[in-house]
Order: sequence, then C-alpha cells, then structure tokens
Amino acid sequence: MNASLGIFFVLAAVAVAGAVSLILQRHPIHCALSLIVVMVALAGLYLLLGAEFVAAVQIIVYGGAIMVLFVFVIMLLNAGEEERTNFSKIAAYAGIPMAVAVAGLIAAAIARSSLPPAQATTVLTSTKSLSMLLFREFVYPFELTSFLILVAILGAIVLAQREGN
Amino acid sequence: MSEFLHQYAFLIVPIIKVVILVFVVLTVDAYLTWLERKVIAHIQARWGPHRVGPHGLMQPLADGLKFIFKEDPLPASVDKPAYFIAPFITLMLAVTSLSVIPFGPQKFTLWGYQSSLGIADVNISLLVLFAITALGVYGVALGGWASNNKYSLLGGLRSSAQMISYELALTLSVVGVLLIAGDFSLRGIVEQQDTANLGLLSWNLFGFGHGYGFTQLIGFACFFLAAIAETNRVPFDLPEAESELVAGYHTEYASMKFAMFFIAEYTSMIAVSCLATILFFGGWLSPFPPSWTFAHYVPSLLLIPFGLWMIFDGIRYENIFGRILLPGIGTVLTLIGIALIVFPQANELFQGLFWFVAKVFVFLFVYIWMRGTLPRFRYDQLMSFGWKLLLPVSIANVVLTSAVILWRMHQ
Repeated sequence: MNASLGIFFVLAAVAVAGAVSLILQRHPIHCALSLIVVMVALAGLYLLLGAEFVAAVQIIVYGGAIMVLFVFVIMLLNAGEEERTNFSKIAAYAGIPMAVAVAGLIAAAIARSSLPPAQATTVLTSTKSLSMLLFREFVYPFELTSFLILVAILGAIVLAQREGN
Repeated sequence: MSEFLHQYAFLIVPIIKVVILVFVVLTVDAYLTWLERKVIAHIQARWGPHRVGPHGLMQPLADGLKFIFKEDPLPASVDKPAYFIAPFITLMLAVTSLSVIPFGPQKFTLWGYQSSLGIADVNISLLVLFAITALGVYGVALGGWASNNKYSLLGGLRSSAQMISYELALTLSVVGVLLIAGDFSLRGIVEQQDTANLGLLSWNLFGFGHGYGFTQLIGFACFFLAAIAETNRVPFDLPEAESELVAGYHTEYASMKFAMFFIAEYTSMIAVSCLATILFFGGWLSPFPPSWTFAHYVPSLLLIPFGLWMIFDGIRYENIFGRILLPGIGTVLTLIGIALIVFPQANELFQGLFWFVAKVFVFLFVYIWMRGTLPRFRYDQLMSFGWKLLLPVSIANVVLTSAVILWRMHQ
C-alpha cells in the first residue's frame, strides 16, 4: 500500500466519522464542530488530488467563513441541547430501506461508469492555470455567478432592514 | 544507519526542523513576555520585572514553572469537550502558521535531501496561512462559549465578530502585493522584491524594483491594522477587555490551559510580524543595495558594541549571579560579532537570517509600543472602523494597484 492511498483512507475515515458524529450529536455546537471536521478532511482529499487552490479555498470559505457564522449564530441564540424523540415508524420501515437502495444505486452507477478512477497525483494544478480558465474561457458564467451572489446579498440586506422596521 | 537516513531523509529532516522551530519559537515567546513587561514598564516610568535573575531575565522561567504547578480547576457545568479542545486548537493553529514562513534564502542538502530555511515550501503558502488564520476563531469562540460564564461568552462573541470583520480587510490588503508578484508563494514574493540593485526601495512598501511595482503604503497600513485586530491586541483587544469582561474568553482557564492561550497570542504576533516582513519589507533582503558590500558588516557593528556594553555594565551588577551571567552573554555576542568579521563565508550565511529577525523584532516592538501608548477602542468604533474605513480603503488599494499595473503593461 503506498503512502497516498494510506493518507486517503485516513482522511476518508475522518470525514465519514465526522459526518456520522454530525448526525448523532445532540448539541448544535458539537454538530457544527463535526461539520468543520468533515470540511477540513475534504480539503485534505482535494490536496491529495493535486487541487491545492481548491483545498485552501475549501478551508478558508467553508471552514473559516461559513462555519464561523454557524457557530456564531448558535452561540448568539444560545441554542440548547435538542430533545431526542422516538424513531418515527415511517423512517424505520420505509426510510432505511430507501436509503440503502439509493446508496446501492449510486454505488452501482459509479462501478459501471466508464470514468477513470481518480488518481492521487504528484502534479499540482497550478493556481495560475485555474485562474486562466476562470477569467478567460469561463469568464461570463463566472461573472454571472458573482452577479447572482450580489443579488442574494442585496436580498438578505432588504430582509434584515424590514425586520428592523 | 546512513542508508536509513538517506532513505527517510524526506521525513527526518522536516521533523528536525519542526523540533528546532518549536523550541526557538517557544523561547522567543517566553522572552517576548519579558520584553513586553520591560518596555511597558519603561514607558510608564517603572522598572518592570527586576527580581528574578539579573534585569528579571529569569522571569519567563519562573512564570513557566508557576503555570505548570498551579491548580487547574474545572468550573461547574462546562461543556467538557469544547472546554478542553479550545486551548489546543488555538495553540496548534498559531504554531502551524509558522510552518510556511521562509526564514532565509539558503538551501541546504542534508542526507541527500534538499531543504530550505523554513518548514514547508508550498506554492500557495499565503493561502495556507490565511486558511490557518481563518480557523483561529474557533479556539477563542469555543473557549468563551464552553466556559459557561457570561463574560467568557461575551468575549468569545466579540472575538468571532471582530475576526470575521477584519479578516476581509486583512485578505484584501495583500491583494496589491499578489498582483505585483503574480505568485502565492511567500518565497517567490520575497525573491521578486530582489530584482533591482536598489536596496530598500525595491521592497513592496516602496515598489521601485519590479517592472509592475507600485507603492503598497496603503496596503501595508490596512494589513498591519487588520492584523493587530486579528491577533486581539491593543487597541483592538476587546475580546479580553479587562475593565468590562474580567479577562474575556479565557476567564475560566487557569494553569497550563491559560498558558496555551497566552503562548498562542504571542506566537500569532510573531507569525503576523513575519508575514508583514515578507510581504512589504523584503523578507530577508538587506535594506542596502547588494553592491554596498560594507553593509555586510552591519550585524557585527551592532553585535560587538552591544556585547561590550553588556560586559562593562554587567561586571558592576549588584549580585554575583548577574556579574557572571550578563558579561557571559556579552562575551558570546562579542565573539559572534568578531567571528562574523573573521569568517566572511559565515557572515554571508548570516545576512539573510539577521535582516529577517531584525525586521520581525521591529514589528514586535511596535506591537508592544502600541500597547503601552494607545487606549482601547469602543466596540461600535471598532466595527465601524473595520467595515467603513479599512475595508473600502483596502478595496481602493486593489483597484488603484491593478490600474497602475494595467497602465504599465500597455506602456
């Protein structure tokens, strides 16, 4: 077993453990912390695939900005532990088999697909080539996306203003 | 044995470097607290630490022992996992941020493995540094929340809000440098400031060296102010404002757990000073043009008089321990200074590290100086300063720098 495969399994295990803990934890802050673990483990996986810029941005944007806001809001609202209700009957009889079926379907589709398996590379995708793609070839979709985000920001401000009045 | 070393050099050499760096950084942290207390004391016309060792030089050791032996009480109904993990996150991230800093120009080969001064040389070291800074909020926010104390919680909330607000200005203020350098690597950013035979004028702060260079004075001002806020230091130390919040987010921490927050604060001060040095002040580059070869004797010219002064001052110290220790340090410094004159090759190797450390020291002194001089901001002033002044100015700097670069490209 080579080193990158070993690192992959460690990171994947950490990500899955974080995701399971995210569902099972009862306190919102602990859930948020588990989600941060997942984000950071995913960043490690991106780095393993040679996408250094994406890995750094994953941590800066998701780990640093979005999750900080989550934690901040949970702290500000002082959300307590959630109560655990009984497992609903529909979930037990329909939900779990459905989940297994969907997971099996996705696994089968991936196994049959002709896409080559991702390789852990030693070649890094340089930030320069990535920005060439973003600002030369796909500049219109990119700028449209930023326009979309701007609209969303304006919407958030309008909603907050209305709340204030 | 030699074969084993050669085979695993890629693992062993970085581990050795990490151990050396952590040792050096923790020592510097300890003596930074001594320096801070001394400098502030002299600003306020006091003596500062003067009892433990000559000139209080053993004070950091005494403080360390005190932290280890103090009782570590666990407050009632804290959130245990978060309470324990918060100081670890803070310290770990602060020390990790130093791993991408290049400390000097030299490359060396050990057991067939080529390595440089600095732990890791990654292409995107600046982004890695910002990623680590971005995660730094969690330690403070969690520590404040988990302590189950209203003052701690307020400190944690203030800190999260402050760090989110100032991170934007911090990131945008370095974009000007990135535009000039065209590189995310800190080593690359320093190397491109070395293009002209101009000395300090080729630094990004003045920007005469590079073809696309443009003065980054505004960028540096925004960067340094935002960085002080990010490290929670005076005048932006609202998360631990002692007149309002007891001690803010670390009120409920004692003993080594408090020491970890404390060490992390000083380590991030060092990291920020290193980053300011690299981005705006030419890193390890000498402020004199390379053709001025006599400038290579500046380290000796500073070390020898300082060492001699320590010898002559130390032999008149009041107790016997000081009469041995102070002249001893003075002799070592003088000998290093003389050795650098006698062995020019050693002097060449020493240059980069000397200028880097000197510049970082200047920034650390400015940090302490500000703490001794400035009052604290009010909370609403802090927020409006960050959002209404620092952020627009740093965006304007980006626009201005890109306009100048575009104009130069079309000339």
